[in-house]
Amino acid sequence: MNTSDIALRLPASLEVRDLHTAALVDAEAAVGRGGGGPTTKRIVVGYGFWIFLLSDIVMFSAFFATYAVLSGAAAGGPTAAQLFDLRNVQIETGCLLLSSFCCGIATLAVDRRNLLITQLALLGTGLLGFGFLMLELREFRGMIAHGAGPSRSAFLSSFFALVGCHGAHVTAGLLWLGTMMAQFRAKGFRADICRRYLCFSLFWHALDIIWVAIFTFVYLMGTRT
Amino acid sequence: MNATTISPAQSATGDLAPGQSGEGPQGFGAGLKSYLIGLALATGLTIASFWAADTHLIYGPGVPIAFVTLAVAQMGIHLVFFLHITTAPDNTNNVLALAFGMLIVFLVVTGSLWIMANLNHMSMPMDQLMRMQP
Repeated sequence: MNTSDIALRLPASLEVRDLHTAALVDAEAAVGRGGGGPTTKRIVVGYGFWIFLLSDIVMFSAFFATYAVLSGAAAGGPTAAQLFDLRNVQIETGCLLLSSFCCGIATLAVDRRNLLITQLALLGTGLLGFGFLMLELREFRGMIAHGAGPSRSAFLSSFFALVGCHGAHVTAGLLWLGTMMAQFRAKGFRADICRRYLCFSLFWHALDIIWVAIFTFVYLMGTRT
Repeated sequence: MNATTISPAQSATGDLAPGQSGEGPQGFGAGLKSYLIGLALATGLTIASFWAADTHLIYGPGVPIAFVTLAVAQMGIHLVFFLHITTAPDNTNNVLALAFGMLIVFLVVTGSLWIMANLNHMSMPMDQLMRMQP
């Protein structure tokens, strides 16, 4: 009886303000601590895909470890220093970095629901990625033509496995990119399409990070010794 | 209402997905600036890496260390400016997952190198092994 009396005597505006500050304090206390109720689907999807990407990077680390162990095992055949052309690697790196940047522009355009810029930026992303892939395939073809195919030595097996695995990821990414462009065109900026795009952009940026490791540990270190 | 406004990209928990910038609604220019800074820094670090391979200014045995440092720096640039992984509290989940991933990568790579180098050291050289064949 007493408490209801007090509640009645409180001015209405003060009561509302108190409830509001309490909600804000709850929200702030919950940041990054998993509290505050179920999170949005976009964040769950993005986080799940982030976990997948990290597992993909762990898989790549096994290929890197294999290459690091076998990089000296040329079996009397051509060595890294004789095979690699750093000029080609520089152009490949430039292509992939600019492609990643274009993908960032596309992300900004998707956030602002601008279809024209989205499609143009995605086209640029795809063309640069395709250029990278063509340069890599030309390098592989040249090596195989000179008798330095994956069956020549343990070094070359591990090289083709590691760099080829990255190339396969880029190929898959290009197919995904084409699908995204078609889906934006046909279905527009629907929430599920935008979530798919978020995953694609994460995938594409992660591939660039793996390429940084490849050009450093395979090409630069390889031509050094 | 003046304390914090939760942007539409954020959830009720205030967490952020990787790849989302936490600035909330902002102009196209502000977002573009972040990507441009990332592109400029990554380009600079790439050029520095290839320069380190060519130059004689760096003490020879130190060059691989320069490579590793530049590569790690560039990966960090990619993570911050392209993937928008930050140290803000709304990114705690993403950073923890990344840290765990890096731990596994470290264990796989150094563990493999260590074990294989050790086996190499312990095993008989190939020419001696050949001589023992009947």
